[in-house]
Parts: sequence; structure tokens; C-alpha cells
Amino acid sequence: MTTGYQESFARFSAHQAAAAPAHVSELRRKGIERFAALGFPTTRNEDWHFTSVSPIAEHDFTMLVEASGDVRKTHIEQYLFCPNDWYALVFVNGRFAPELSTIAELPAGVTVMPLAKAYVDAPELVSRIGTQVDAETQAFSALNSAFMLDGSVVHIEKDVELTRPIHLVYVTDPHAAKGMTHPRNLIVSDANSRATVIESYVSVGSATYFTNAVTEVSVAQGATLHHYKIQRESARAFHVGTIQVEQARDSHYFSFSFATGAQLSRTNVYTLLAGEGCGATLNGLYMLDDAQHGDHQTLIVHREPNCYSRELYKGVLDAQSHGVFNGKVYVHPEAQKTDGKQTNKVLLLSERAQIDAKPQLEIFADDVKCTHGATVGQLDQVSLFYMKSRGVGNELARRLLTYAFAADVIETLEQPSVRDELEAITLARFNVAELPAGELAGAETVGA
Amino acid sequence: MLKIDNLRANAGDKEILKGLSLNVNAGEVHAVMGPNGSGKSTLAQVLAGNPAYEVTSGSVTYNGQDLLELDAEVRAQQGVFLAFQYPVEIPGVSNAYFLRMAYNEIRKARGEEEVDPMEFADLMDEKLNFVEMDSAMLTRSVNTGFSGGEKKRNEILQMALLEPKLAILDETDSGLDIDALRIVADGVNKLKRPDNATIVVTHYQRLLNYIVPDFVHVLANGRIVKSGGKELALELEAKGYDWVTGAGAAA
Repeated sequence: MTTGYQESFARFSAHQAAAAPAHVSELRRKGIERFAALGFPTTRNEDWHFTSVSPIAEHDFTMLVEASGDVRKTHIEQYLFCPNDWYALVFVNGRFAPELSTIAELPAGVTVMPLAKAYVDAPELVSRIGTQVDAETQAFSALNSAFMLDGSVVHIEKDVELTRPIHLVYVTDPHAAKGMTHPRNLIVSDANSRATVIESYVSVGSATYFTNAVTEVSVAQGATLHHYKIQRESARAFHVGTIQVEQARDSHYFSFSFATGAQLSRTNVYTLLAGEGCGATLNGLYMLDDAQHGDHQTLIVHREPNCYSRELYKGVLDAQSHGVFNGKVYVHPEAQKTDGKQTNKVLLLSERAQIDAKPQLEIFADDVKCTHGATVGQLDQVSLFYMKSRGVGNELARRLLTYAFAADVIETLEQPSVRDELEAITLARFNVAELPAGELAGAETVGA
Repeated sequence: MLKIDNLRANAGDKEILKGLSLNVNAGEVHAVMGPNGSGKSTLAQVLAGNPAYEVTSGSVTYNGQDLLELDAEVRAQQGVFLAFQYPVEIPGVSNAYFLRMAYNEIRKARGEEEVDPMEFADLMDEKLNFVEMDSAMLTRSVNTGFSGGEKKRNEILQMALLEPKLAILDETDSGLDIDALRIVADGVNKLKRPDNATIVVTHYQRLLNYIVPDFVHVLANGRIVKSGGKELALELEAKGYDWVTGAGAAA
């Protein structure tokens, strides 16, 4: 299965667009070598037990090197949240699209640039690429490293508090049919900085393509980073995305994964709590329909004492969709006073929908507080009857309860534009009328 | 208005109502009293249309139609209201949104125009006063994190808003302190009109000091075993349920 990729790699390496510093060339070379050795993971691999990637392996995807040039701002406006207020890097078929991006007037101490430009302009930052992600044993990360071409580099310097979010938007258009992109992102938050970075993976049209993204994140001492990933790929697309985070002392990392797209998707969110007193919040919402397959794997490694982790994932599965959630928490012997809580709740709207949920706690310290809870079920019959007893018809009551189930986790988003937008998407999905201001449910329901 | 004739109903495999008959006319307040397990809450749930209970025989006629044929939402749209013993928490749906939706669904079913959020807000101000509730309760999720008293008041708020023809209050007094009890009872009394009726289901006589019934019925082992005027409630309070149910009939 990997021969095609090796041939594709030879063509890619020879392409003039692939010019890059030695560090990157070396990562690419190692990447293809490791990928050739590992091959695509099979369901015998414990981390891929519930997700077969053979539909990806069986396709012969071609590396996309050129931008398409056909995408206009009006095509993607619906995905841009606040196009006039935010800093945005937009990529089309994996290549930076300056005419769609807004990165003028960045404040001092903030770098946001496409990776291909950073090869020349920011070698210091580029040298940090590859230091966190595991391209040795993880086939998709190795593949991403092999085909590393463009992506985003974000650097928030010490003490800088950035109020406007940075949006990294990866758009795929109909020219990408049978193509693949391997976006590579680096986010560096220096000490005591504060920022919000959003990654969006979206599509114009309904092509079959493969996105394989990797994002490396470091959050330095005392820094706070809100990092959201919005996956709304085409219904025929394949998407694998890995986020690998390392956190220093007293840092706070807030992650949210929103996934509604792709026929087959896998999102990995891994964080290493590498300094005392830091903490991570990993939340997410996946809503699948038809025959979609959506997999989330999270890993929180508590390496130091007095750290916290919070996790709330919710899934809404309709038709014959298949959801997978694997939440690992690993507590090292040194990580005393760890405070961890993980919750995974799934709502099955159809008898054919399926969920495989696997919480995994491995605790080697003796003075810790770690809990996990998982629920899988249908809509609560008592709540349904209560609503009906007030005159609300069965169909509307079901839709509203479904919305409420999902909204509960969306409420945890601090960035108001993202929260409102995801709420609006969810309302529309379940055909619930827009909520007028003042009728939105309060945030006290979080975690209920 | 309501005619229950020889009603039998099961919860799961267990028969709870065993041939219950009751007539309620417009303008009347009926108290249904009885020991725990006598079938009081089952009666309330069956009248409201909870599909978790199965009616095995008997009939219920409401304003000339077969009530048992109607889905719960249709009953509500036609004026049946149940104040729940345990109001349900619905995280993620605000009270205001839920109330407006219920109000509009009922209006739509009656061929009336829906009200917009602005009009509705004015209407709610009036109803909130009625049960002495703060408007902050509207932005919170339905019953979520409410105290016992707040939940019961929220039920009466819904009743005040939906103006039912037949209101069934299921143990609305349980868990209420005396101030909350007074507010709830005042609300119910103010809503009383010649064209509506109320069934007050309760274990204790206490609530009936505030909501004075026209008739009192004692329910035991799934049937009404004694009926009388308001003085029956006082007699029950003094003598205990054993007096009418026979010693040891129900705990």
C-alpha cells in the first residue's frame, strides 16, 4: 500500500515548490522512510482497533502542490466566523492563498505566517518543527512529515495578550478530487502569553480527498492558549488530524474539537503536562450522520505533580454512523496530587448508529484524584414526556432535546463568536428555531 | 368536564389502578388523597398521557372526547395540565425558550397566532409576579439546579402561562416550606375560574388549608374508597388513612 506514496514522494521531492531548509528535508526523508516501514495502521493496532483506514489506503491520492485559484472569499465566508476582526491565514488545497487571508497589522510580538514563507523568513521557528510529534511510530504523522509543504507558523511572544483570535483555514475545492494535503502547523506560546488559535478544515464542493494534518503546540510557563479545531470537511473526504501539545509549569491549554465532516475522520489530541501546576481542558463535540465514521483519541500525560485535566466529549450519532472515542489518561509516579476528570456522553438517534467508547486510565501515582464516566443512550423518555405534557409535539421535543445535549458542551467555549456560530450550526442541524438573545441557556449547565 | 369510569392501569407488569371512577365538573376543585402507593401519582400520569403507563380497561372522557386516544401533547393543547411531583431538569434549554415554545405550540394548535419574544417577555413579567419569581429564573436551564421550592413554583408559573382547563397538581406541596406553599396555593386559587377545574393530588391535608376543595376522595389500593366534602380531609388528618382503608391495607 505504501509503494504509491513512495513514488509520489519522489515526484514531490523533485518539484521546485518543495524547496526547503535542510532540517525540513531531513524530516521529510525520515518521514517517508518510517511510513514505508510502518505502513498504514491496521485494526490489530490497539490505537486503531475500532477504525479501519483501509478506505484511505485503497485510494491512490496524489500530492497537491499547486493552489487552485478558483476559490473566492464569498465561497468561504460562511466558514470565517469574523472575517473582519480576526487574523486569518487561508489555504486552498494546501497552499497559502494571500488574497483570501488577513494578516496585516499584526501587533508587535506576534508572528503568523505560512510555513513555506517561514522556511526563509523564520528559520528559528522552523527548527522547532518535528520536536514534539511522534513521527517514529505514528504512521500518519510520518506521512505528514514526508509531504510537509505548507501550513501555519504562529508565535506569541512573552507577555503578549492577543485578544483577536488567529484563524487557520484549510479549504479544499473540487480541483482537489483524489488529491491529498498534509498541512503542518506550529504554535508557540511563550511565557505568560495569552491567545486563541482556531484551525478550520472545510470544503467548497463535495470532492473525495484526503487531509492529513499535524499541529505541534508548545505552551510555555504561565501561558494560556485556547486552541479549537473545527472539522467540516466534505462528506466524501478523509481526514486525519493530530495535535501534539507540550505544556510547561502553570500553563493552561483549552482544546475543543468540533467534528461534523468527512466520511472517515480521526482526530488525535495529545497533551503532555510537563511542568508543575499546569492543566489541560480537552472538550469536543462530534455529530455524525449517514454512514460517517468519526474517531477521537485523546491522551493526557501527567508527568509532574499538582496538575489538572478536564475532559468532556459528546457525540450525537444518527443513521448508521459510527463514533469512536478513546480517552487515555496516563499518570506518572511523580505526578502526585493529579486532579483528573473525564466524561464522554453519546446520544444515539438511530438503532443502527454505533459507538465504541474506551476510557483508559493508567495511574502510577498513589495520591491522585482521577474519575471517568461514560454514558451512551437514547433521548431521555422522562424529559420527552415532560415537554409533550406542555404541548410540545414529539418531533420538536426530540429535536430540542438533541440540541440541548450538544449545546451543553458548546457552552464551554470561551470565545463568543465561535460559541455562537457552533450553536447556530447545531440549531440548524436539528431544525430548532434560532434562540433570541436572552433566551440562551446559562453556562451553569456545563458538565451536567 | 372529566369522567373517569372503572379505569385500570399498569406500571410495567403491576396493576396500580384497579377500577377507578371519578367525575369532575367545570368550576370544581377535587382533592385526591391517599397513602403512599395507593395510585395517586399513577392517576395523574395516566391523565396526562405518560406512555410509561398502560391503560388496560375503563374509559376517560374529557369534554366529550376519549382522552385516552390522545397523545400527551394533544391533551396539553386541549387544556390538560399536570404539575409534576418531580419536575424534570432539561440542561441546555432555557426556561424562557421552553415556556415560549410551549405557549406557542398550544396557540398554534388552537389556530391562534404565535407571539414573538418581545410580546412574550411582557406576558412573562406579569406571570412571574403572580408566583413571586425573579426573571433571572427565565435565563436558567429548565429546572436545572433549581431548589425544590423553585421547581414547584416553576410548575405553577407554567400553569399560569398555559391557563389549562383541567389542572392536575401531583404532590405539589411535597418538599415546600410554608412560604412557598402559600405562594403556590395563592397562585392556584387565583387561577380558579368557573370554566376550569383542578385535581389536587396530595398525601397531606396541609395544602388543603390553602386550596379549599369542593370534594375530597380517598384513594386506596387503586380505587376511590370514600368521597365527601372538605371536612373529610380534616377527618382523615385526625384519624389517619387506616380509618378508611382498613388497618394495614397500605403503609
